[in-house]
Amino acid sequence: MNALAWFTPGTHITVRGLRKAFGGNPVYAGFDIDLPKGRIVSVFGPNGCGKSTFINMVAGLLPIDGGEILFEGKTIRETRIGYVFQNYREALFPWQRAIDNIHYPLKLMGIARPERERRIAELVAGFDLKFDLHRYPYELSGGQQQTVSIMRSLAIEPEVLFLDEPFSALDYEMTLIMRDQLQKVLVARGTTAVLVSHDLEEAIYLADKLLLLTRRPSRIAEFLDIPLARPRSPATLTDTEFVRIKAHALELFQTAVRGS
Amino acid sequence: MGLQVKTAWQRGILMAVGPLMLFAIWYVVNAQGWVTPRLLPSPVRTLQSIWTNMAGGGMGHDFWRTLVRTLQAFGIAAVAGVPLGIMIGANAKLYRSIEFLVDFFRSTPATAMFPLFMIIFGLGDFAKIAVAAFAAWLVILFNVAYGVMNARQTRLLAARVMGASRLRIFRDVLFYECLPQTFVGLRTAVSLALVVIVVAEMFIGADDGLGKRIIDSQITFDMPQLYGTILVSGVLGYGLNLFFLTLETRLVHWAGRS
Repeated sequence: MNALAWFTPGTHITVRGLRKAFGGNPVYAGFDIDLPKGRIVSVFGPNGCGKSTFINMVAGLLPIDGGEILFEGKTIRETRIGYVFQNYREALFPWQRAIDNIHYPLKLMGIARPERERRIAELVAGFDLKFDLHRYPYELSGGQQQTVSIMRSLAIEPEVLFLDEPFSALDYEMTLIMRDQLQKVLVARGTTAVLVSHDLEEAIYLADKLLLLTRRPSRIAEFLDIPLARPRSPATLTDTEFVRIKAHALELFQTAVRGS
Repeated sequence: MGLQVKTAWQRGILMAVGPLMLFAIWYVVNAQGWVTPRLLPSPVRTLQSIWTNMAGGGMGHDFWRTLVRTLQAFGIAAVAGVPLGIMIGANAKLYRSIEFLVDFFRSTPATAMFPLFMIIFGLGDFAKIAVAAFAAWLVILFNVAYGVMNARQTRLLAARVMGASRLRIFRDVLFYECLPQTFVGLRTAVSLALVVIVVAEMFIGADDGLGKRIIDSQITFDMPQLYGTILVSGVLGYGLNLFFLTLETRLVHWAGRS
């Protein structure tokens, strides 16, 4: 057993002494953070600060050079995770219908069809779908494809969901709809989520906690609480509290960009 | 619906315009004697020759033999090329180390190999099939490997993050990812196999086949039969291509759309 098997109650992901370098340039040099359980954490920071690198390392997609990442004391291998890619076109399987894409991770887990169908019906009930899941991904719009992608990642009822700029390829109107859809589903399920966003408004809107990173090597510029009531709606965007948090975060961001 | 049928009908008419024009020009040129009939028989006589040769002149048999040889060569090439192509494509180092060889032999005219294959395999049918299979195999190998190499990394990553094993990623993702490019290879390969088989039938002592009939027509100066056999070879090539294209659009419905 290692020392990290111990974790603070309420913490889901414990990161200690994380190190990562690309071609000799350190991106993370001894990075520590605790991410809360059942909450949405947005990661925001200057361009190239390693936001995506961070969630890819936590999600186990990218090897780390050193340090430890544990999920309530468990390793990534022992943890059920979901991952939503920015590029939904390249993440979905175009040879399968949308519904079969959603079935796939459950099939990998060896779950029999009746049980899979039961779970997916339950999942579908949580979304307001206005399209047919028996279509192929390329027959759907971008927003619909990303919805399928999110459903696929949630089908296995992940303990942690990672989202890497999930809406950055969508137009603004669709982004607003998708944010609300995502918020509704994540809050209803109480899933721990880590979201990378390059849009400060979106990062704050969705988050319970906002992780602001500095330029590389990345350190925590600030780990802010976002105490806005849920459910949030587009009206929240003009709420005085929202505007205040955003102004504060922007100030911290600018300081972070200017460097230490 | 009505509009669709009408446009499909219109498209059919438009497609027929080109061939009909060709036959019309051919007819006029022949009727006016602008080209000596010894070199250019009338289209009617050519079609008549196809008809009589097909009915009792053994052309059907030749057509069948050429088709069978082409498919045998293609079959060998596909069975040997697809798995190996996947293996090569999945291993970047292996690919780099044999890329030049594959490219080199792919660029070497298959017909240049005829004498060598005759020495190795003799004058029988298998020499023809082997040389066509060799040429088709390289095309398939290259395309499949290329398809695997260019698989979308995000898709492989998505499968991995969902917990798919290496074997499952291979079977459930990589195989489908390279399917569009594989079909491009298969279609090119079958066309190439036909070319090589027809030429082989001309020059590697064949008893039958369209190539043999073409060379016989030339020797006996049977121009209607020569033209007719060329047209029938065209039908065979076009038919094979159309067959694979239809198969492709059915099986690889997502190609170019994702």
